[in-house]
Amino acid sequence: MKKSEVPQDKSALENFTREVCYVKNESGQYDTELSIGWEAKKVALDEAWKEIERRTSEAREKIKNGEASPILYFMEEKLMDFTVLAGYTGIWKFRIKRHLKPNSFQKLNDTVLKKYANAFDISVHELKNFKA
Amino acid sequence: MSEFKHHQTAHCENGVTVSLLKHHGVDFITEPLAFGLGSGLFYIHIPFMEINNGPAISFRTMPGSIFKRTCKALDVHVERKKFKNPKEATDFLDSKLAQGMHVGCQVGVFHLPYFPKEYRFHFNAHNLIVFGKEGDRYLVSDPVMEVTTSLSVEELEKVRFAKGALAPKGHIYYPVQVGEISQEQIRSAIVRGIKRNSKDMLNIPVPMIGVKGINYTSKKIRGWREKHGPRKAGLHLGQIVRMQEEIGTGGGGFRFLYAAFLEEASAIMQNDELMRVSEKMTKAGDLWRDSALQMSGIYKGRITEQKDFDNCADLLLEISAVEKDAFLDLYNIKL
Repeated sequence: MKKSEVPQDKSALENFTREVCYVKNESGQYDTELSIGWEAKKVALDEAWKEIERRTSEAREKIKNGEASPILYFMEEKLMDFTVLAGYTGIWKFRIKRHLKPNSFQKLNDTVLKKYANAFDISVHELKNFKA
Repeated sequence: MSEFKHHQTAHCENGVTVSLLKHHGVDFITEPLAFGLGSGLFYIHIPFMEINNGPAISFRTMPGSIFKRTCKALDVHVERKKFKNPKEATDFLDSKLAQGMHVGCQVGVFHLPYFPKEYRFHFNAHNLIVFGKEGDRYLVSDPVMEVTTSLSVEELEKVRFAKGALAPKGHIYYPVQVGEISQEQIRSAIVRGIKRNSKDMLNIPVPMIGVKGINYTSKKIRGWREKHGPRKAGLHLGQIVRMQEEIGTGGGGFRFLYAAFLEEASAIMQNDELMRVSEKMTKAGDLWRDSALQMSGIYKGRITEQKDFDNCADLLLEISAVEKDAFLDLYNIKL
């Protein structure tokens, strides 16, 4: 890529930082240039966030229909997978999978709920009374 | 507190390596040189594993190995430590800072407050330097940021003890002893770095690794539309573009960085052939960028036919051929 071709497309990096790119200068040697963003990358990120929104609203639907517990919603909302959630809560993955069922969620005591609430950065009250 | 000079780089691990070494008087080190000595270029597509619900692909070598190999090549002694207890990790950091040391820390990106929200994912192999403490805030040099920042005690503890894959466990590292580095040593470090990198890209007998790995991904891309439907297949392509490196480089970026390394190496070794391979690597970088543009058309939903996926797949085959050619040259060059 030539120095003059470095993309300067508005992206989420605006007001945060610019990125260093390695590019060829006029005399054909490597040099660096700062970029505020690249459309191709920005769209990839935008699409990834649309997907997260889609997954959270799907989680809401499931909770409404009694197919899933609020844990599913917050897990999606915080972009977590089972490994990440297991890491933050110290609860084994297979138990988390069970807690995604509304019935077993109802039976959880406050100690366990507190672990989930901490991982999601919310209160136990919010977790228990989540309205989808 | 000793004075600290912030260096912004394209990639975090190179950046930490450059800043820490420069601080210890290794003046000649540059980002491309650190990347090349550390044999940083790589390709791996890990099957049966997903990250952010997309394919797990990496364009660079294992986190931590660039720093490790570069320091080893220059005979720089490094100390590193991991912790079970966050309190201990903080105390240890404080004691190092009190000695006027600057230290590298592995952190998770998700809770870093100075990143835009859109860029925060559960990616745990980010690197930054802590170079001091003012009041209850740590002074932080994050190599992908233009300027230095700071984090509160709680914020730093949170990112150092992020959880999930590659959890940092408070990982902290720093050079302890840097000797005189001779021209001869630099030259042999360059040769070793280049030879190791070409072996990594050519010779590992697993189809998902190195230049063969790019063909492997190409084959997968051809099948994605049929297997997952256009929407999910498009998201998978978006994932490749995000390259698991939300900020900084990406597939193309690493190739340009390696090309810049070969250009530098060519001057140091006084070898014109290296310059010619550098051109090939630049070509590979440009092709990666073309492929990203082609893919973005697909995940934007403007083009979604099978032939569009095939175009992407073909581009990857071309990239694989260019990189194979370049690394075969490097493998065979007499240095």
